[in-house]
Amino acid sequence: MISGGILFAALGENPFEAIRIIFWDPLFDPNFASYSRPQLLVKAGPLILIAIGLSFGFKAGVWNIGAEGQYILGAIFGASVALAFYPMESKFIFPLMIIAGALGGFLWGLIPALLKAKLNTNEILVSLMLVYVAESILASVSQGLLKNPDGYGFPGSRNLQNYESAANVEIIANSGMHWGVLFAFITVIFSYIVLTKHIQGFNIQLTGQAPRASKFAGVNPTANIVFCLGISGALAGLAGMFEVSGPSGQITIEFNSGYGFTAIIVAFLGRLHPIGIFLSGLLIALTYIGGELAQLMLGLPGASIQLFQGMLLFFLLATDLFANYKVKIGADN
Amino acid sequence: MDFSSINPALLIASLMVSATPILLAAIGEAVVEKSGVLNLGVEGMMIVGAVVGFIVAVNTDTPLLGFVCAAIISGIFSIIFGILTQYLKSNQVATGLGLTLVGLGLSALLGRPYEGMKSPTLKALEIPFFSDIPVLGKMLFSHDLMIYFSIFLVTLVWWFLKYTHAGMVLRAVGENHDAAHALGYKVVRVRMLAIMFGGATSGLGGAYISLARVPQWTEGMTAGAGWIALAIVVFASWRPWRVLFGAYIFGGVTVLQLNLQAAGASIPVEYLSMSPYLITIVVLVIISSRGNQGAPASLGRPFHASS
Repeated sequence: MISGGILFAALGENPFEAIRIIFWDPLFDPNFASYSRPQLLVKAGPLILIAIGLSFGFKAGVWNIGAEGQYILGAIFGASVALAFYPMESKFIFPLMIIAGALGGFLWGLIPALLKAKLNTNEILVSLMLVYVAESILASVSQGLLKNPDGYGFPGSRNLQNYESAANVEIIANSGMHWGVLFAFITVIFSYIVLTKHIQGFNIQLTGQAPRASKFAGVNPTANIVFCLGISGALAGLAGMFEVSGPSGQITIEFNSGYGFTAIIVAFLGRLHPIGIFLSGLLIALTYIGGELAQLMLGLPGASIQLFQGMLLFFLLATDLFANYKVKIGADN
Repeated sequence: MDFSSINPALLIASLMVSATPILLAAIGEAVVEKSGVLNLGVEGMMIVGAVVGFIVAVNTDTPLLGFVCAAIISGIFSIIFGILTQYLKSNQVATGLGLTLVGLGLSALLGRPYEGMKSPTLKALEIPFFSDIPVLGKMLFSHDLMIYFSIFLVTLVWWFLKYTHAGMVLRAVGENHDAAHALGYKVVRVRMLAIMFGGATSGLGGAYISLARVPQWTEGMTAGAGWIALAIVVFASWRPWRVLFGAYIFGGVTVLQLNLQAAGASIPVEYLSMSPYLITIVVLVIISSRGNQGAPASLGRPFHASS
């Protein structure tokens, strides 16, 4: 936070004011809090969902950094289901969209998973390349397949928020608490149970810490990789589906906003622990909202928040040394 | 569709232009990985180089100075990664990703006032006599300085790794850091130098994008070139000449799809623009199905002097 202050000072702003606007005002300033507090959950929801999924893989040494692509595919799948039924109204449409969204992300995550498991292809590079492919697909469908026929030729799909059966509405009005956020909370609890109580959680941690030992212990590496990448893909897809049916409302070319990458920071900041990820998701969401506010109030460039988030990650990685090793003063003989 | 608008000589010439940023970044990363370090921050270092090079070139009106500054600043930027992974023993994958994210943020911040400007570019260096050869001259001998430099750099790295003592030490550190340490080589120092070299060449590659390939600055303009460079190192089995080969194949695909777009091919633009990434995946799959031959044995493993 101190280095953040220095960063803001370097940008020619009062560092204390900038820090206050980013971390304090969104929550407690009477002028902004009514708008910002719900936004906190809206932003934290997808971040937590994706980061929880990623943490499974990161624990096992399976590096999925293509969550952004899985997020896009989840959104496309979810929106496609909704648009296929339009304008029919039924209470089954939304659950169907949830399944489709998860499936979209799952399938996109399955590509690097199967390549890794069967052919030992580097999952880092494949999952990342698939982000660019997903972005191209997004551009293609928002101008073609899913384009709003009543949109006067503008790219972008119908707005799902105006379509009652498909809209991801707030459960409690003005709280920001939409179905996706609820899902994120459930996922936190669920993953906590899996990681601490279930054999699969044990297998994941074992594979990450001692790959050879896990083989002797009878962990099926293929199943493990597919599980890790599949679940993170499905969760990222869910996040995308909830975003497209809720806050964003429609498929557009600029639909994806980097949640998939920021979630990597969230996962590490939360030390790959479900509760930690929950808290760090809220923190990073706060920097997003505070950053927007600072952009508005001080004219701070939006990119400075991205930089600040990255610096947080660096400091965390640096301090890991002190967590993992004991510092000895003086040479030992 | 009109294929006659695609001129093969120009195609090869522009192939070299589009391959050079990836080539520069990949040859640096090959050295880094040879020393046993996996730096996933190539994309971040490239984009920092791109923005620094652009800013310096616009302000001083000398593109060459832009390249020099890009290399220096990206080299310094990569030291963050070096200190975190080598001295503070942080996870290399996580730190590399962090470096990319910070680089993207930093570059967007620095480059904001420069959006939409045009940079001065390097003049084509016509090599006397050779550039007058019909077809071949245009194709190979009338490029700018950086393209020749990138090929020179590949030669240099090849010679360094194969024929010098220092190169042998570097490979030893990458293959078995414990043995190298036992022989008295400074593992951490060798790796720090390799990381800085990788940072500098990535910076050059980035600057080549913003100063030569598209002489302007847009946010996130490296568009995955750093990741492709990483893939090419794997594709090349960590051998310098194969890095050159891989980068040029990739450059060829990129240029060809751009040319097809311009020629009005009946394939939708989106499918063409995703083709370089798909081809990278396919290549990775083919390479890995034969087994990753030639990967340095200590790649990505942290080194503790005590063990």
